[in-house]
Amino acid sequence: MAVPILKQSHTLIASIQSALSDRDLLQLRDDLADLVGRHRARGVIVDVTALDVLDSFATRTLRGIAYTTKLRGAETVIVGIQPEVALAMVQLGLTLEGVPTALDLEEGLAFLDGRTETADDGRR
Amino acid sequence: MSELHLGAVVRVRIQSSADIVTARQEGRTMATTLGFTNTTLTIIATAISEVARNIVEYAKEGEISIAPVGNGTVRGLQIVARDQGPGIVDLETAMRDGYSTSKSLGMGLPGAKRLMDQFEISSAIGEGTTITMTKWIG
Repeated sequence: MAVPILKQSHTLIASIQSALSDRDLLQLRDDLADLVGRHRARGVIVDVTALDVLDSFATRTLRGIAYTTKLRGAETVIVGIQPEVALAMVQLGLTLEGVPTALDLEEGLAFLDGRTETADDGRR
Repeated sequence: MSELHLGAVVRVRIQSSADIVTARQEGRTMATTLGFTNTTLTIIATAISEVARNIVEYAKEGEISIAPVGNGTVRGLQIVARDQGPGIVDLETAMRDGYSTSKSLGMGLPGAKRLMDQFEISSAIGEGTTITMTKWIG
């Protein structure tokens, strides 16, 4: 099941709609790495609100997405991790090491806005 | 020690990563009817995901069976993951955090053990691996 990816200004928003298989997650990683370049995106938001499980593979792949897009010049924020999913991740010992997270899409966009403004200032 | 099956067993054939999703959804459905809390539903689904992936990565195929069980007055959900794969050479090492011979980072089986109340694993070289894990209500 392909994940729809929308573009808003300099940000790509991957809005996961339903449970994803390992293969779907890897496809999302590859799609985002490609689309960051094609759309000259500076930020990526992966919305995982619809995911009822983030197991070791999914967590590792989300980290992979964040590191890959960073190498392509875009910062990734993971938004929408549900409370029970967060609890299970902690029990499993899973972390997103260094990958920014935000409560929801709105907070994620606000976080990236802050980042890209700072980057703009730096270029002037 | 001896748990009684209290209802029909649901079996899911595991051959691909899509079957991992099916297995955890079946587990969640049965756990919901048994009255587990939302947090525990997620914990059970996550543990199923880890043992199902273990089958796909190491044995290529196998089966997950999910059943309601009882022991005295307590009720719970029991998951059995069975494969006829190569088996695990060193069980003790395989259950250690961070150990993996595959591309995963070895969080899977020790992680599933932490998530469940009971977790037993048996494996024979060339014959396969069986994991039995249970979560009790309350």
